[in-house]
Amino acid sequence: MAQPGFVPPDSNDFIFKPIFGSSIFMTKPALMIFFSVILIVVFFTISARKAAVVPSRLQFAGESVYGFVRTTIGQDVIGPEFERFTPFLFAIFTFVLTNNLFGVIPFMQFPTMSRIGFPVSITIFVYLVYHYVAIKKKGLGRYLKEMCFMPGVPKPIYIILAPVEFLTYFAVRPLTLAMRLFGNMFAGHLLLLLFTLGGEYMLKSALFVKFFSVLSFGMAIGLSFFEMGIECLQAYIFTLLAALYIAGALADEH
Amino acid sequence: MQLNSLHATAALLRGTTEAAPSPVVPKISEIIVGLVAFSILFILLRIKAVPAFEKAYKARTTAIEGGIEKAEAAQREAELALKQYTAQLSEARGEAQAIREEARVQGAAIIEDLRGKAQEEANRITASARASIEAERQQAVASLRHEVGALATELASKIVGEALDDQVRQSRIVDRFLTDLEKSEK
Repeated sequence: MAQPGFVPPDSNDFIFKPIFGSSIFMTKPALMIFFSVILIVVFFTISARKAAVVPSRLQFAGESVYGFVRTTIGQDVIGPEFERFTPFLFAIFTFVLTNNLFGVIPFMQFPTMSRIGFPVSITIFVYLVYHYVAIKKKGLGRYLKEMCFMPGVPKPIYIILAPVEFLTYFAVRPLTLAMRLFGNMFAGHLLLLLFTLGGEYMLKSALFVKFFSVLSFGMAIGLSFFEMGIECLQAYIFTLLAALYIAGALADEH
Repeated sequence: MQLNSLHATAALLRGTTEAAPSPVVPKISEIIVGLVAFSILFILLRIKAVPAFEKAYKARTTAIEGGIEKAEAAQREAELALKQYTAQLSEARGEAQAIREEARVQGAAIIEDLRGKAQEEANRITASARASIEAERQQAVASLRHEVGALATELASKIVGEALDDQVRQSRIVDRFLTDLEKSEK
């Protein structure tokens, strides 16, 4: 009987059956998404409840995250009108960050954002918001004109530039925004799966191979920390880009 | 063959029998879940967390600004008080100076007054002394005249040998004598 070969992880590992009943809304990622909402709301509601001038440790923790989004992402990128976008950016950041970090939290160990539907849904909001803001501020005509015909460019260049800019605003931005987050989480999780499943497989093999499984597991642990960094970074980048798009929509000219 | 069946088993365990769908194609159900979850999250954070954080943030800002303002107000007040005290001090100094000046003037006036009174007294005493001297002199002159008369009469009567006992004549003679004497004196 031949040794069963190693089955490398593939995209099938990202597909989950419904946990309760047969509803497609009851899969593990969907439940994790809702769990993350509860987690975030409860944490920030409790930490913000007293809203004291001298914060408690919990309030300080919550305020640090909020202040980071408010000041570093909101104020610095959007400028004077940042305040009305703070809740939106705050929700994006906490939502993405929490769901990313699920990837390295024991027993969950699945970054929800590696299911592309979720990054897409947030991107839809970002897409709607930055177009809405721009159209409301400038009107559709001026918005399109400023978008396609940026000033200070020789006229013939517009033949190339105008479609490129148009595509950037309406197709490239949302696609890259969603794909970047999805891709990072997907690849990261696949990498962790590879080293974990590989280690597990080698553990069942001959003694000499068992030795290497330790290395594989060690690699998986190391990569978990690496992933943690990437997960935070991707949450930051996603929020930062959302803020940049909004800032661009509010700016008078390019 | 065996490998294939293993794959199939694995696929079965994962809940799907067909080839893995592309991971890049989103599932509609997940987009819906994402939209709903994010909406709920946004609304709840907007209601529960953000206003409270903003409130704390504003309160802190105003507390710090208020503290600075308060300190500035205190400083202003202190400066004002200092100015006031300085003014009062110089005022008091001026007042003291005025009082001293007044006292000096008053003292001089008193001295002048006393001096006047003393002078007056002295004059009065001098005058009364002069008057009494005059009176005594008159008296002395009168008594002298009387005695000189008597002596002269006696002397004359001794010389003349004629008793000038007639009182009237006697005094007439004396008077004439004295008048002559006074005349010769002049």
